[in-house]
Amino acid sequence: MISPLNRRQALALGTGAVLATTLSLRAAPALAAKNSTDEAIKAFTGGKEPVKGKVKLELPEIAENGNTVPMTVGVDAPMTKESFVEEVMIVADGNPNPGVIRFHFTPSSVPEANTRIRLAETQNVIAVARMNDGSVFSDVKQVKVTIGGCGG
Amino acid sequence: MADVKPRIKLDKKDVAQGGVIEVKTLVSHTMESGQRKDKDGKTIPRKILNTFICDLNGKTIFSADLESAVSANPYFQFKLKPEESGTLTFTWIDDDGSKIQATEQIKVS
Repeated sequence: MISPLNRRQALALGTGAVLATTLSLRAAPALAAKNSTDEAIKAFTGGKEPVKGKVKLELPEIAENGNTVPMTVGVDAPMTKESFVEEVMIVADGNPNPGVIRFHFTPSSVPEANTRIRLAETQNVIAVARMNDGSVFSDVKQVKVTIGGCGG
Repeated sequence: MADVKPRIKLDKKDVAQGGVIEVKTLVSHTMESGQRKDKDGKTIPRKILNTFICDLNGKTIFSADLESAVSANPYFQFKLKPEESGTLTFTWIDDDGSKIQATEQIKVS
């Protein structure tokens, strides 16, 4: 015997479907952001796995306003013509685009810079430094953001 | 954008060979991220300063590639170890190709 759906069953089905779509919608962007961050790092390092250390990333633990978060990055390097930091890339894995900024250094500059960045939500900020010999180093900091910096 | 006057501060303009000059720069710019929407729901197109260059006598000694995740009115603080006296040129390049420029004289003895 085939009984048509009663009201209760129809409701249950409907809620389930709505839940499923919301869940998949929520999961997708987070995954995508994480992926392109990894890709951005890979493209920067030429596929090498960065070694933790040498790079020091300074960010507040809690940022009240994600529109302007002070950030300092420094690299422990002698900065001679033989050995210097070529480039430092900053990426954020929870922003719409992973890239934040890239600094290019030369033996005539000190490998340290400070600027203010936007963070859309609580997320990890990663600094990757590439030396002139191709070796790569990194540092990660998590920042808790109270008000996101993406505007509406 | 030509009427924008960047603010530049050097902690000293006269250093010994091997000395370090700390530079602070601030420039007014909305740094429109391309993520925001106007009241009709249309996305406001991205318009940011995408490059910052610091030259000493025409040779780049520090530069940065900016993305939309850099805050409005971009501020930089960095340190230089100049090898010679001369002119420091600071250039910001807009998405529309226009440039904001400023110079400072330094002496290395």
